[in-house]
Amino acid sequence: MTALLEVKNLSKSFGGLVAVNNVSFALQAGRITALIGPNGAGKTTCFNLVAGAMQPTSGEVLFEGRPIENTPPELVCRMGIARTFQIVRPMRDMSVLENAMVGAFSWTRNVSEARSTAYESLESVGLAGKANARTDQLTLPDRKMLETAKALSTRPKLLLLDEVMAGLRPTEAASVVRVLQGLAEAGLTILLVEHVMRIVMEVASRVVVLHHGARIAEGSPGEVAADPRVLESYLGTGFHA
Amino acid sequence: MQKRFEGSADIRPWLAGAMVFVTLALVGALANPYLISLMTIVLLFTFLGQSWNLMLGIGGQLSIGHALFVGLGAYSVAVLEVKYGISPWIGLLLGMFLAGSVGAALAWLSFRFEVRGIYFALLTIAAAEFARIMFSGWEFVGAMQGLFFPAPTNAIEFSMLRGDARFYYFVALALAALGIVGTELISRSYLGYVWRAMRDDEQAARALGVRTFRHKILVIAISAATAAVGGGILALVQGSIFPDSIMGMGLSVDVLIGPVVGGLGTTFGPLVGSLAAIPLNHLMSALGDSLRIPGLNNIAYGVVLVLVVWFLPDGIWPAMVRLCKAIQLPSRVWLPQPRKAEE
Ligand SMILES: Nc1ncnc2c1ncn2[C@@H]1O[C@H](COP(=O)(O)OP(=O)(O)OP(=O)(O)O)[C@@H](O)[C@H]1O
Ligand SMILES: [Mg+2]
Repeated sequence: MTALLEVKNLSKSFGGLVAVNNVSFALQAGRITALIGPNGAGKTTCFNLVAGAMQPTSGEVLFEGRPIENTPPELVCRMGIARTFQIVRPMRDMSVLENAMVGAFSWTRNVSEARSTAYESLESVGLAGKANARTDQLTLPDRKMLETAKALSTRPKLLLLDEVMAGLRPTEAASVVRVLQGLAEAGLTILLVEHVMRIVMEVASRVVVLHHGARIAEGSPGEVAADPRVLESYLGTGFHA
Repeated sequence: MQKRFEGSADIRPWLAGAMVFVTLALVGALANPYLISLMTIVLLFTFLGQSWNLMLGIGGQLSIGHALFVGLGAYSVAVLEVKYGISPWIGLLLGMFLAGSVGAALAWLSFRFEVRGIYFALLTIAAAEFARIMFSGWEFVGAMQGLFFPAPTNAIEFSMLRGDARFYYFVALALAALGIVGTELISRSYLGYVWRAMRDDEQAARALGVRTFRHKILVIAISAATAAVGGGILALVQGSIFPDSIMGMGLSVDVLIGPVVGGLGTTFGPLVGSLAAIPLNHLMSALGDSLRIPGLNNIAYGVVLVLVVWFLPDGIWPAMVRLCKAIQLPSRVWLPQPRKAEE
């Protein structure tokens, strides 16, 4: 079985700082993979590299076997990779529903089709009731869910979620987890950055661990949790579970 | 469940708009010549403001050199008619084509080399000034002496867009209506959504698949082409054109006053803003003349602009809408909260 996404020896430096250092991993279609690591480990940078928002210093990103590391973000999205922003980026002068509609225009020009898709996306993340609100009326956790809904409206094959459950109450997080599991069962591949270990253990079938830009472990949640290097990297930086 | 969200296809704004235009048509039928010529200018600048508004208010691209496109339209109409006797209809088409191409080329070059935002705006001024200076020295287009249309007649000739003041008033009214309906239709189409997304956050829009490079070029080309139509009609109304007035910085500013005062990015803003600003300007300039205070109109203009920007930063039209909502629905008054700072 070939991987949907394959990252090979990916590196990114900012001046002297190596944010991502020779990282490789592969994502199997229809699975949820977690990308974890302490603050500053390079997770968001990895997302930026895969999504085309940044170009790698070296290395390759293959999506469905095709290299995409120099593809601009809008085309990466149109190929089927949608991402959320850790620092949320709502369109401020558009309503919640309109925000979610934008993604749908990557595959349709029909406004009412975009509207109903956007509404479904909002519904799946529990924001349907706030569809006509303005984005600055949303709480931060809701804005993160809006990021997710916007990405879902693009009808992606691969969804990159950067800490979208931060700040959710456990019951809310549990319902989002169920949604993600449902999407994965329907064939969506998800790469998830998440700090709450309990969620990672519950939802991910594989875990990739980054530390100081390098991949220090990869495996099933159980394997990774038992890995001494992983424990050390987290304990060393005061990990909050 | 989809039905509930079709509420945005509200017909009330259309009815209100239709009423406004019926009123304006009555004005045209009944008003005295002075009022008619004043209102013709108001309506033309409504249309020009609409074109500028599409580019900044919806597309997020600032132009402070819109006179370039207005001038290209004006010169296309004038050169063809004055030099060759060709109908202004053809001139308008030529103007749209020229201005659209120049706008697209300017945008392409600029964004290709990552010149954006305020730097793009500076480039539009530079391009407009360059064109003005070029036209000022170009004998073929009349240089500084300008071009003069044949003397106006009272016979209305639709094929040559020629007629009396009232005829031009109705041409301007039709154009303004077309501008408003067109903006509204674009705004409700997928273009409106992706352009507004691009305006609010270009990187976020790209991440959602919006091909911003081509959309920026498209919105600028459309804005430029429509500005050229306004310019062509303005030339006919004025009966003559000179590079300094039709391509000068002053005109670029006049174009943006309406939408800025009336409400950026709103459909009716340019109309409301032009209705407020242009008569004020004329009134103050008449007052200045009789009181022998030259420049009184500019001072009054400045004061009003500052007041509007200070007290109604999003313009007169959104304030009117809020007021109407507050009056109509006292049980459900909803005023937008002031924006909270981003965390
Ligand atoms: N655009 C940038 N320019 C310079 N340095 C950057 C840039 N983006 C990230 N970095 C640096 O790269 C390193 C990795 O950052 P990154 O945001 O990828 O970490 P992260 O794993 O997402 O952390 P967190 O858990 O805090 O979100 C950090 O040291 C960060 O300061
Ligand atoms: Mg991060």
